[in-house]
Amino acid sequence: MTKDIMLFVLFLAVLLLCAWPLGKYMARVFNYEKTCGERFFAPLENIFYKMAKVDPRTEMPWKEYCLNLIIFNALGMLSLFVLQLTQAFLPLNPQQLPNVETWHLAFNTAASFMTNTNWQAYSGETTLSYLTQMLGLTVQNFLSAATGAAVAIALIRGLVRKNTGELGNFWADIIRCTTRILLPICVVATLLLVSQGVIQNLNPYVDVQTVEGAQQTIAMGPVASQEAIKELGTNGGGFFNANSSHPFENPTPWSNFLEMFLILVIPTGLLFTFGEMCKDKKQGYAVLASMLLLFVLMLGVCYASEKYGNPIVAAQGISGDTAMEGKEVRFGIGSSSLFATVTTAASCGAVNSMHDSYTGTGGLVPMLQMMLGEVVLGGVGAGFYGMMLYVFITVFIVGLMVGRTPEYLGKKIEAKEVVLTIAGLLIPAATILTMSAVSCLTEAGQAGISNPGPHGLSEILYGFASGVGNNGSAFAGLGANSLWYNVLIGLAMLIGRFAVIVPVLAIAGNMVTKKIAPANAGTFNTGSSLFAVLLAGVVLIVGALTFLPALALGPIVDQLFMLQGKVF
Amino acid sequence: MRAIIRSLVMVVTLSIFTGLVYPLAMTGLAQVVFPSRANGSIIIKDGVPVGSALIGQAFTDARYFSSRPSAGGNDAANSGGTNYGGTSAKLQQQVGELAESVRAANGWTSDQEVPSVLVTNSSSGLDPHLTPAAAYCQVERIAKVRGLEIRQVRDLVSEHIENADLGVVGEDRVNVLKLNLALDNLQQNQ
Repeated sequence: MTKDIMLFVLFLAVLLLCAWPLGKYMARVFNYEKTCGERFFAPLENIFYKMAKVDPRTEMPWKEYCLNLIIFNALGMLSLFVLQLTQAFLPLNPQQLPNVETWHLAFNTAASFMTNTNWQAYSGETTLSYLTQMLGLTVQNFLSAATGAAVAIALIRGLVRKNTGELGNFWADIIRCTTRILLPICVVATLLLVSQGVIQNLNPYVDVQTVEGAQQTIAMGPVASQEAIKELGTNGGGFFNANSSHPFENPTPWSNFLEMFLILVIPTGLLFTFGEMCKDKKQGYAVLASMLLLFVLMLGVCYASEKYGNPIVAAQGISGDTAMEGKEVRFGIGSSSLFATVTTAASCGAVNSMHDSYTGTGGLVPMLQMMLGEVVLGGVGAGFYGMMLYVFITVFIVGLMVGRTPEYLGKKIEAKEVVLTIAGLLIPAATILTMSAVSCLTEAGQAGISNPGPHGLSEILYGFASGVGNNGSAFAGLGANSLWYNVLIGLAMLIGRFAVIVPVLAIAGNMVTKKIAPANAGTFNTGSSLFAVLLAGVVLIVGALTFLPALALGPIVDQLFMLQGKVF
Repeated sequence: MRAIIRSLVMVVTLSIFTGLVYPLAMTGLAQVVFPSRANGSIIIKDGVPVGSALIGQAFTDARYFSSRPSAGGNDAANSGGTNYGGTSAKLQQQVGELAESVRAANGWTSDQEVPSVLVTNSSSGLDPHLTPAAAYCQVERIAKVRGLEIRQVRDLVSEHIENADLGVVGEDRVNVLKLNLALDNLQQNQ
C-alpha cells in the first residue's frame, strides 16, 4: 500500500516537472515564434504549405477556422474508411488479411480514430493490415491530436486577444503541432519503448514450438511507433486487441510508467501554455490545481476499491489481491488502477487491464470521469477546452451570486456565451443517456450484453460514455461489433466531438472581439485557490446531477451486490 | 472547392509523412539499435525458437511451473481477457474450479489458500509472469516430480524474481518461461 502511494506521488512529480517546460515550449510554438531546431522545422513545414498553397500567416475568423477543421477531418475519416475496405489489394499485408468485413465496422473505426476516440469494435491483430495500422490509424492518431490542440489554442487566443476577429491559422496550428511537438516526442518515446521490448518490425507472424510442444503463433508488426502517438495524442487505440496489457505493447513496469506519462504530459502542459499565453500564470495554476484535486480523489477511490478486492473470489480460499481477474502480474493493483484513472482522466482509452472486470466502484471511476467530459487534465486540447466550459459555468454562477456580469480574464461572459456553453455540456450528456436508454430497451442493444445483472447496464453506459467522451476504452465484454452498436456509437463519437468543438470555437470567435476591462475591487479572482475549489465543486455537482440515477442502477448497485456475495 | 482541395492535399501529404515516413524510419532505426527486442525478444533453444520472453505460454505438465490461466488459450495472434464482472457467476465458477484443480495438482488439502493469480485470467491472455508466492507454492510438487531437492528448486525461483523498479514501479514477479527453461537446464546438468 505504501509502495503504491509512493508510485502515485512519483508519477505526479515527474509529470508536473516535465509538463512545465513543455507547456512553455508549446506557448512559443503556438505564438508562431521561432523555436529550437528552426532551421530543420521551417523548411519541412514549408513543404506542406507550398504543396497545399497555404499562407500560414493569414489569420482566420472563427467560421473559417471551423470550416477548415471540419473539411480536413471529414476527408481524413473518408481516407481511413476507404483504406479499410481495400486493404486486401494493398501492400504491407503479410498475413493476407481480407478487407474489413462490414461497412458499419469500417464506418465505426473511421469515426473512432478521426474523433480521437479510438473505440475498437475490431481486434487489431486479426483484422487490420500493417498498412492500415500505419497509413490509416497512426495518421489519424497524429491529426486528431493536433486538431484537439488547435481548438484549445484557438480558444486561448479568443480569451487573450482583444478587439480583433481572428483566431490564428488552422493549418499553421496543425502543422506546427505535428512537426514541433508530437513528432519529436514520438521519435524519442518509440526508441524508449523498443528498448523495453515493444516490437517494431514488418515481419509476418512468427510460429514457435513451445516448451511443451504446442504451436504458438506470435503476432508481429510496427507497434512501437503507433504506441508512442497512441499515448501522446491521448488516442488509445491498441495495435493488438488487448491494448496496453499486451506484452508487446507494454512489456515492463517502466514502459507502463512511460505510457501513462505520455498520456498526460501534453494535457498538463497545456495549462502552463495557457498561463504563458494569458501572461498570468496563476490562471493556469488555478485550473490545474482544480484538475489535480479531482484526479487524486478519483485515483484514491479506484485504487481503494481494487485493493479491497472481490469478496466473492476471496470466499473460495484465495490469497493475495483478489481483484486480479483481467489484470497483469507485472502491473498489479497499483499500476493498473493508476493507468485506468489516467487513461480516462485524459480522453485516451488505452487500457493495461480489463475495466469490465473491475469491482463496481473501481469501474465507476473511469466511467464517471468520461461522463464528466474528461476534464480531469483531459485529452490533448479536448481536456482544456472541456474544462473551460466548466470555468464559464463557474464564473457565471459566481456572478449570479454577487449580482455582477460574470467575466473571465477581463472579458464579459454574456448570454450568447452561456447558451453555447450549456449546449457544449448538455448535448454530450443527453446523448450518453438517451442512447444508453434506447439500447437497454431494444433487442439489438441487449444482445451486446455479456455480463447479466446490473453489470450489463454498466457495460452499455460505459460504451456510450466512452464514445461520446471520445475516450475509446471499453467494458470490453460488450459485443460492440454489430450493426446497432457500430452505427450508434459511431454517431455518438461524432456528436461528442463536434457538438463540443463547434460551440467552443463559436465562443472563441465571440470572445476575441471583446474588450478587456481592467480588474477592480469587485472582480472575482479566477487565479485563486478558492476558484480552484469552486471549479472542482461545479464539475462534480453537474456530473452528479446528470448521471447519479444511471450510476446508481449500474456500478453502485453492482458493488453492493458484490459485497453481499450475490452473483448473476 | 478551393478549400476542399487544400484539405485534400494536407491529408495526403500529412498521411505520407506521419503514416509512412515516420513508422518506416522508426522501424529501420529500431532494427539497427535493438534488433532482438524489435523482433519480439524470441528465445532460441538448440537453434529453434521456443517462444518469446515476453509472451506467456501454456504449461500444463506437472514437471513445469504452471502459468496463469488464459482466456484465449495463450493464442498470441488473438489476445484478450474474459471480461467477467465482479458479480459474474461465471467468474465465481471459474475461480472455484481452478482453485480445486490447483489444489489437486499440488496435493493440497481443501482448506489451503490458492494465490489469486493462479485462478484468474490475465488481461492480455498472454501474461508471462507469476507473483513470487504463486511460483513458490508450486516448488514442492516440482521437486517431487523431478526428483530434485526442494531447496534447489526454491533457490531457482528466488534467482528468477524480478523486483519492482526503484522498489515502487511495478510488482515483484517471475517470468515463467525463463524459469521453466532454467529448470530443464538444472536437471540436464545434474
